Amino acid sequence: MAAIESKTKQLNKMDRFALQWAEFVIKNRVKTIFFAIVVFLIFAAGLMQIQTSHNYRVFFSDKNPDLLTFEKFEETYTKNDNFLFVFKPYSGTIDQPFVAQAIEEFTARAWTIPFAIRVDSITNFQHTYAIDDDLIVEDLIEDAANLSQAEIAKRVDIALNEPLLAGSLVALDRGASGINVTLQYPGKSLGELPEAIHFAHALVAEFEQSYPDLKIALTGISALNNAFFEATINDAKTLYGPMFLVLIVITWLIIRNISGVVATVLVITFATLAAMGFAGWAGITISPFSGSAPVVILTLAIVDSIHILITMVQRMRVGDDKIAAIKESMRVNFLAVSITSLTTIIGFLALNFSDAPPFNALGNIAAVGIAAAWFYSLTFLPALLALLPFNVQTYSDKSRGPLQEAINKLAEFVIARARATLVFVGLLFIGLASAIPTIDLNDQWVEYFDDRVEFRGDAKFAINHLTGLYILEYSVPAGEPGAISEPKYLQDLDDFAIWLREYSKVRHVYSYTDIIRRLSMNMNADDPAYYKIPEERELAAQYLLLYELSLPYGLDLNDRIDIDKSSTRVSVTLDEITTGETRRFLKDIDAWWNARSPGNEVYGTGATYLFSFISERNIQDMIGGNIVAVILISLIMIITLRSFSFGFLSLIPNIAPLIMTFGVWALLVGEVGMAAATVSATSLGIIVDNTVHILTKYQRAREELALSVEDAIRYTFDTVGAAVVANALILAFGFSVLMYSSFQITSDMGTLTALAIIIALIVDLLLLPALLMLRAQPKKRSSLC
Amino acid sequence: MLRLKRLKQFNPFNHVILAGVLMLTSFAHLPVAAEDLDQKGFDVAARNDRSDRGFGDSRVELEMVLKNAAGAESRRTLEISTLELPDESVGDKNLIVFFTPADIEGTALLSYAKILDPDDQWLYLPALKRVKRISSKNKSGPFVGSEYAFEDITGQELEKYEYTWLREEPCGELNCDVVERRPRYKDSGYTKQIGWVDQTVYQARKIEYYDRKGSLLKTQLFEDYKLYDDKFWRAHVWRMENHQTGKSTNLFYKDYKFNLGLKDGDFVTGALSRQR
Repeated sequence: MAAIESKTKQLNKMDRFALQWAEFVIKNRVKTIFFAIVVFLIFAAGLMQIQTSHNYRVFFSDKNPDLLTFEKFEETYTKNDNFLFVFKPYSGTIDQPFVAQAIEEFTARAWTIPFAIRVDSITNFQHTYAIDDDLIVEDLIEDAANLSQAEIAKRVDIALNEPLLAGSLVALDRGASGINVTLQYPGKSLGELPEAIHFAHALVAEFEQSYPDLKIALTGISALNNAFFEATINDAKTLYGPMFLVLIVITWLIIRNISGVVATVLVITFATLAAMGFAGWAGITISPFSGSAPVVILTLAIVDSIHILITMVQRMRVGDDKIAAIKESMRVNFLAVSITSLTTIIGFLALNFSDAPPFNALGNIAAVGIAAAWFYSLTFLPALLALLPFNVQTYSDKSRGPLQEAINKLAEFVIARARATLVFVGLLFIGLASAIPTIDLNDQWVEYFDDRVEFRGDAKFAINHLTGLYILEYSVPAGEPGAISEPKYLQDLDDFAIWLREYSKVRHVYSYTDIIRRLSMNMNADDPAYYKIPEERELAAQYLLLYELSLPYGLDLNDRIDIDKSSTRVSVTLDEITTGETRRFLKDIDAWWNARSPGNEVYGTGATYLFSFISERNIQDMIGGNIVAVILISLIMIITLRSFSFGFLSLIPNIAPLIMTFGVWALLVGEVGMAAATVSATSLGIIVDNTVHILTKYQRAREELALSVEDAIRYTFDTVGAAVVANALILAFGFSVLMYSSFQITSDMGTLTALAIIIALIVDLLLLPALLMLRAQPKKRSSLC
Repeated sequence: MLRLKRLKQFNPFNHVILAGVLMLTSFAHLPVAAEDLDQKGFDVAARNDRSDRGFGDSRVELEMVLKNAAGAESRRTLEISTLELPDESVGDKNLIVFFTPADIEGTALLSYAKILDPDDQWLYLPALKRVKRISSKNKSGPFVGSEYAFEDITGQELEKYEYTWLREEPCGELNCDVVERRPRYKDSGYTKQIGWVDQTVYQARKIEYYDRKGSLLKTQLFEDYKLYDDKFWRAHVWRMENHQTGKSTNLFYKDYKFNLGLKDGDFVTGALSRQR
């Protein structure tokens, strides 16, 4: 009994503090508003500093071992940024002279693309052949304007017999041809990629105008990077505005008071802009995923204000004057709003465990936004409400509307069938949980974008008509300087290339052995019998020297062979392939090399390689984040509820919905990208809120009002049921807006979070009361702790 | 202002005459017609070219040190023999023999520089025991994987370029004419080069190479000049840095030998297999 008394005292202390706070804010309303606006302006000034990122690499931290490997690879060979222009005549083949002419012209112009260091096409391909003891090295197609279709067709035949070109820059069906431009950005300003992409777009537009029978698509890593940027801008344009309007409408529907809507809109605007301003000050770059922060903050920020306004309107309806209603609302909501904000902040801060900086960014920006919303809801909001006129019609009608009636019926239902409800939800849980292992982790970056992003259409065009875009890069070391000319090494490399080409998803393999085989043939009067690996190291080394001496500017082998000729690069172009299949293929490749030459230092890398492991890596990292979030949130629950058993009990309705969400996803969608890593921590922080509301009210009913378990549940449903439902619907709605993001990771995150919130609502309304009933059954009423 | 700046940077230990020349040239800062600047540029280049006239033949051994962006190094050693041809409209003849790495030892490259046509080139492959003629019209690719194009190492022929004089400015302890030159050879990898030629002994001190899109591609520095026979200056350290890829190649020359009595007969394909 003494324990209960002291708890009540403490609760009162908290209530008293909330009341004093409310009185202070209302008394100094003008000063408070002024102060709040000053704070807002200081934060919002950071908006001027905000930067958006232009690189897929933002998804990898600078400590990511895969990225470090990739950077080492790029330092050894060359940078991997490129444009791939796909040329396809609307009808007919690339044998038509105008196609070759366009490609030849474009190839020359492509050298002037900003930051271009290399241009490869069918026309400037260095074709080698022998006449007696002369080695002729020349452009495969030169002066196309003066060549007949038959002459060009002959050269296309040569290209299709050339392993370096066929299936890469020349389509096997002669339908399309590509121009690959390698770019090396100095990395000094964020304006570099836009500069290059504008130039590339203009060039495409110009050529499509001069050659109306040609379709030109633009892909490649630089186009991909631009797509990330484009998706961010797209989301900002299409999501923020409608989201804002819809939130205004929702607030109006719930509060039905102009002053209330104005105050709420100001609170969420301040919170969101302050958080984005913080991102600017803190130097956080905005990428497609973290670009969802404003939507997330708007959604979460509105909830605090609505809680305060609902209570205030309820009090005024039963006859309180405005100031008294504000004070009472503050007293009732202060703790709940603070606790729910804190748990949500913890959930978002847990994203810092992820390796991917955009996840960290979203977590930190959203955390600041939620803190700001908490601050403004408890200072600016009551002060402004005290200042603005606020009229509410008083009702004598006791009926509280159909929603409340339904909720009360649900309460009776659960009370009567607690055990059955528990079994039902329990079975549902087991069923859904068992579906989770069927989820496939997939991060195909072409699929990250929807049709509104131009890149996707162009990428699909390239894949359908020319070559794959998923490229694995391998560095195959020979052991010592010059050893790439060793026959054993070349044989291994050649066998590797042959083995790779047998795999159904491989569309092209670039291997140095195809060059050395051709040179061997050229050096022996073009005798096809010599189209093979040279038998002596000196021979291979001297062929290579000869070849290198004959290559023109920019078309050297420095991007294929390392500086001391101790390793070469193999590029494997894959067809459309899931990251799961890619990972299995990578394992097969490792196994092949381990069998062939144990202890080798062959390694794979490239954008495709990086994305193949991004989900796994982030999920692994986030396991720690989730554990920390669960522990902290449970501690907060235990402290708030002042009960270990309630704290532990709350774990069930908090965690079960997360597992069930992934179960539903596994059954309905089956495939998820790196968004999966983020959702559990952030959703946990959000769905905890309703558990807090329900359990605090239940506890109040049991302790302060000394109600029976059944009556306490009835009381809880009656007082917070509607608010909990409204809360969940607003949040679910806000996150489902993200479904319309043109970036799949954001859209998956939104959908999963909305799903988790709805499932959590169902669990809170069914499972939680059932658990409370069963928990109380074997014990006496008074034994609460 | 310009004059003051020059005077300030003037090193008192230099020749007094140089100071006089400096002051005179700085007074001459009047608007000049474009053709005059082109002529002046040509004159500077010609003076540089002619300072070398009459060396006859030379031979030098050098080491190439290649570095990539990751800092890894690779070395090659070779020897270049040059035969000067008296006719200015015909380029020199060069014979390059590789010593290391071991797998290309004895490989020998013979080249006849041309002014506007592709150079004639033959390579002797000891492993094949044959001479192969290389027929390629554009040889501005990297020479044995280095940051030097073949055209950067040999054949700085006067007539290969068009010139424009840009300005003069101090270069180290000396004063330099800065001249832009544009390749007349259409398959060159460069759109232009900017060279610094000192006004004292008329030697190249620095060259900037600009690529096809007009961006700075690489910078070459000539260091450690030595005078042979009181007439011929040779730089013994060449540094080339590629600004776009972060790679670099330095050339370290040993002492030059002149008047070896080399003749046309030493620069024919039949002589290639006799090297080493």
